[in-house]
Amino acid sequence: MSIISFFRSRKKEKVSAETARDRLQIVLAHERISVNGEDFLPRLQREIMEVVARYVSVDAKQAVVKLEQDGDLSTLEIEVALPRPENARTGERELEETAAQA
Amino acid sequence: MATVIVVTSGKGGVGKTTTSASLAAGLAQTGAKTVVIDFDVGLRNLDLIMGCERRVVFDLINVIQGEAQLRQALIRDKRVGNLYILAASQTRDKEALTQEGIGKVLDELKEEFEYIVCDSPAGIEKGALLALYYADHAIVVTNPEISSVRDSDRILGVLASRSNRAERGETPVKEHLLLTRYSPARVATGEMLKVEDVQEILAIPLLGVIPDSPDVLKCSNIGLPVILDEKSNVAQAYQDSVSRFLGKTIEMRFLEEERKGLLKRWFRGAA
Repeated sequence: MSIISFFRSRKKEKVSAETARDRLQIVLAHERISVNGEDFLPRLQREIMEVVARYVSVDAKQAVVKLEQDGDLSTLEIEVALPRPENARTGERELEETAAQA
Repeated sequence: MATVIVVTSGKGGVGKTTTSASLAAGLAQTGAKTVVIDFDVGLRNLDLIMGCERRVVFDLINVIQGEAQLRQALIRDKRVGNLYILAASQTRDKEALTQEGIGKVLDELKEEFEYIVCDSPAGIEKGALLALYYADHAIVVTNPEISSVRDSDRILGVLASRSNRAERGETPVKEHLLLTRYSPARVATGEMLKVEDVQEILAIPLLGVIPDSPDVLKCSNIGLPVILDEKSNVAQAYQDSVSRFLGKTIEMRFLEEERKGLLKRWFRGAA
């Protein structure tokens, strides 16, 4: 064990400038996703729900939009819960209410 | 045809005003009539860096609001012919800057000047947006340091989406990277981002690398654009950058640590 740690300690340590470069590459890859630098998720969520609502009756509040980043892979996840058949009418009404408020 | 150049960065304190002053002086030295405009309303400093703070009578806001003629507000540099300064207002409100007003002033300047250098304030608020709005070229001043690189990236996004050229769908603003406060010694020890790293991350053409040097402070103390301090490495690096801007191909200098000491030199000679 001590021999391993001896060799490990002699291994060249990553210099701080390399850490800076790696951190920058990751954060900028994330920030560049947006076309015009705005926080677009709320609008994206609203517009997607408007499109979905044209075809199925949905509750506008039952949508989850997530932007996740793992290493160099970014995923945009959109989850829309469809109401059960018996609730469909209520869902529709709620959507109309939200639309009226907007 | 006049060329409008914005010197911008997002982050404060990276060398925008120092660069604006030196770039304008360098362009004027080539014989081109040049004006440098301070867009930092309320926090003007270009007048100090140019050494003309006691000669400011009228400023950009006065011209925009029709309280003064443009020629009354232009301050002629006493050292470099063809060089003029238009100061920002120190007392007025930033709201006095309007897109229309700036457009009119620039149109009038374009009739008389070859180069119009716009010294942007820090941030991405109104002053900074207006400074870059009418630009043909953007010099993005960046320090080899993470927050500065990130802010430069942000400004590049703004240039690509919110400039007049972008809004009209014309050829985009031409971007140039100017890396300032570069310390080859610290790059060698791995504690500072390399010029190659910054260039790779921002992915725009490199205009120049300005070495970190006490000469910049010394020159600001006496109100001299550092490019006029001819013996300084900083001045030479700025001269090279101006030449590159004008289309010349010049190799980058001052990227390696300066070798000091006789012993070192002797050993190098013997080897």
